[in-house]
Amino acid sequence: MKWGVVTFPGSNDDHGTLHVLRHVLGHEAVSLWHKSRDLQGVECVVLPGGFSYGDYLRCGAIARFSPLMAAIADHAAQGGLVLGICNGFQVLCEAGLLPGALVRNRSLSFICREVSLRVESVANPFVNMALVGDVWRIPVKHGEGCYIADEATLDQMERDGQILLRYCRADGTRARDPQESGDYNCNGSLRDVAGVMNATRNVFGMMPHPEHGADPALRDVCWPDAGVPDGLRIFQSIAGWIADRGQRSAVDSMR
Amino acid sequence: MIARVFITPKKGVLDPQGRAISSSLHALGFGEVEDVRMGKYLEIRLGSSSEGDPAMRVRAMCERLLANGVIEDFRFEIDQENPGRGA
Repeated sequence: MKWGVVTFPGSNDDHGTLHVLRHVLGHEAVSLWHKSRDLQGVECVVLPGGFSYGDYLRCGAIARFSPLMAAIADHAAQGGLVLGICNGFQVLCEAGLLPGALVRNRSLSFICREVSLRVESVANPFVNMALVGDVWRIPVKHGEGCYIADEATLDQMERDGQILLRYCRADGTRARDPQESGDYNCNGSLRDVAGVMNATRNVFGMMPHPEHGADPALRDVCWPDAGVPDGLRIFQSIAGWIADRGQRSAVDSMR
Repeated sequence: MIARVFITPKKGVLDPQGRAISSSLHALGFGEVEDVRMGKYLEIRLGSSSEGDPAMRVRAMCERLLANGVIEDFRFEIDQENPGRGA
């Protein structure tokens, strides 16, 4: 499949993401410049981490008006897949492609470490190489990752399976009382939300960085265990879903 | 003409910076502080060539870019006479 990775002024995880897509997954991946309006026929657009436009005004607030964002909104409206990582998640929320907003971490500190994530939903294009309840280890690095939405929106997203990943303890458990979640909820996100999908299930944003937890070359540092690095499962999920969709449409066209 | 725009966190939205400032003020002996909400203040100088009603234009600026309606409220005032005030 063909991936596109956006570069805004101030993006800094664009090349790390391209590395994983090209050299770990072995897929075609092109760089998409923010001033272009041409998505070059990519099947999934990735908005990477970084500090687009210096995080001025609000994180992602200015990047959302880039010419490329209009093309990405059209791609999403036609059912195309969009993945936003960290700053990319912030841009998607600012653009209204995802519900809610990301504000300053409750601790006021920039955090940079691995976190545990509980898989909440698997019937979607982004998180499907897993079972509900699996615990993934993926790094975070952000200062504004506290996810906020109103109660009605959070209830609706829970009901419709739009919350795909939540912060959790290493054993997958979460606190009953949100006041007690400080030991694992690194930024204070409401209901421990780490990644959410839109209602039409083709746009997904997450604060943790799957591209930083995807290259087996880093295994000794990040994952003592053998097996597929958890961050890689996000990209593999998307690729698998696109491949299945291709097969389905080929079967449909033969009928 | 100058527009003064005030952007504040919506009621009920977490404001960890406001909370940290409130704690600091308490530590400094300002026990009367009950709550601090931190926002942004912008001064926007407007030229005479502005199209349409300036208040409607500034409202549109706030809605499109300056404030995020999910987490922030805004209000503004437009000063016709004294652009230097508060600068």
